[in-house]
Amino acid sequence: MKVFQRSLKYATIVLLMLTGSVVCASSGDEQHRVGGNPIDTQEEINAYIKHHLQDSHDFTFYTNGETGTHYGFPLPVILWDGGIKTFMSSKFHHGETVAESGGSYYKLYHGKVYKTDAEGTITLDDHDHPTNTKPLDFSITKSVVGMLLAGLLMLLLFSALARGYKKGPIPSGFARVLEPLVIYVRDEIARPNIGENKYRKYMGFLLTVFFFIWILNLLGLTPLGFNVTGNIAVTVCLALFTFFIVQFSGNKEYWKHIFWMPGVPVPMKIILMPIEILGMLTKPFSLLIRLFANITAGHFVVMSLIALMITMKAVFGPVASTGMSLVLSLFISVIEILVAFLQAFIFTMLSSLFIGMAVAEHDHH
Amino acid sequence: MDQLLNDFSPGLFFMQAIILLILILLMRKFAWKPILNSLQDREDGIQDALKSAEEARKEMQNLQADNERILNEARAERDGMLKEARELKENLISEAKSEAKSEADKIVAQAQATIASEKKAAIAELKNQVAELSIEIAEKVVRKELSSKDKQLELVESMLGDVTLN
Repeated sequence: MKVFQRSLKYATIVLLMLTGSVVCASSGDEQHRVGGNPIDTQEEINAYIKHHLQDSHDFTFYTNGETGTHYGFPLPVILWDGGIKTFMSSKFHHGETVAESGGSYYKLYHGKVYKTDAEGTITLDDHDHPTNTKPLDFSITKSVVGMLLAGLLMLLLFSALARGYKKGPIPSGFARVLEPLVIYVRDEIARPNIGENKYRKYMGFLLTVFFFIWILNLLGLTPLGFNVTGNIAVTVCLALFTFFIVQFSGNKEYWKHIFWMPGVPVPMKIILMPIEILGMLTKPFSLLIRLFANITAGHFVVMSLIALMITMKAVFGPVASTGMSLVLSLFISVIEILVAFLQAFIFTMLSSLFIGMAVAEHDHH
Repeated sequence: MDQLLNDFSPGLFFMQAIILLILILLMRKFAWKPILNSLQDREDGIQDALKSAEEARKEMQNLQADNERILNEARAERDGMLKEARELKENLISEAKSEAKSEADKIVAQAQATIASEKKAAIAELKNQVAELSIEIAEKVVRKELSSKDKQLELVESMLGDVTLN
């Protein structure tokens, strides 16, 4: 009962924070006309989903299609363009206007910041890609906010768990839920794959990555509209971490197996070398593509099923299409909750497997 | 692929790398290390507790076995003592019986001997008295018979007759 009350308290605080910021933002300078009707055609829905899957420079909870009003709040933009330029993303007005900072002009085009002239001209090449220069964009985007949120959540939850051990060996409250998860990662993922003697060194990375991916996957399923783990830059970064950890912890045997495979004839060794080197790179590549594709596909499917409500309205009528969309998207959402855990598990599992392969002692040679 | 490359944001990548690195370091320091250490401590504690419980159980078993042994010994001793006592009792009884019997036999034998000798004496006395009585009777009869002269003569004659016959 006490646990429940405490979690209720937390939930209320989070809710208050969220609603508070929404109210603030909507009363601010966020109301602009985009013009146009509500999203109802196939192409508009596609564009909308695509837009959602991309990172964004401001936090939008809800857009009124009739008035073109966005409800949300702007995020800080940090650019490196021969010096640091910072301003709030509200200056872009959702890509409608040119933002001026330190004598340079920037414009949002399909979610990316381009350097333009004072009028905001974007010149396109044959493939519809802008030829304008892109400044390095270190903005606190929606994904970065998601990551910070997940990181903060992890720090709060797990440092509370760590503190709980000072009071006694058995944690109490919500920590009791977290402890088995930590033990699960340690006993089911790290220990069997890396080996009893060496797993401890990698627990920091594995646990952090596991909970980071899981929390972000789950955040992606909330109506906040995060798509962090479905962002290729994020998954590339995660996979690179694994890649470097594997390479730096590789022992003599590991490198020997890559460059001069023992136990096979010399010509075979020469043939195997490039294959092994390629394998070294494909392992993290598969990691990054798997996570990216799974989460992106999940978001795409859920949003498409929600959009069925609109696209099927003409054929089945409003009630049937809404019901169908509700049932299907609920079903897929439940599966996505499973996928959220599964992908975090697979990423951590494979990372520890690769680390285990790199540190394994080959006694049989 | 082209779309993917286009979507790739170096800035986000950089931010992610920094955040992840800091997060790993922070989490290691403030969460994972203390948590894993506590878990390890707890597991070691449980292991130790189990081991000592096992040892205590063994000791208990040993003690119980000891107790059992001592109890058995005591029981055997008691049984032995009881047996000995019973034997002793039986011996005593049988000895007493045989002694009593021999005593009784002796007494009976003595009594019989006494009776026999008394009887002999009584018979002897009786014989004497009978002899005396018979002599008295004989005296009286003889006196009465020999009160007259002719009778004395008659007797002498008969006696003389007997002598001649012999």
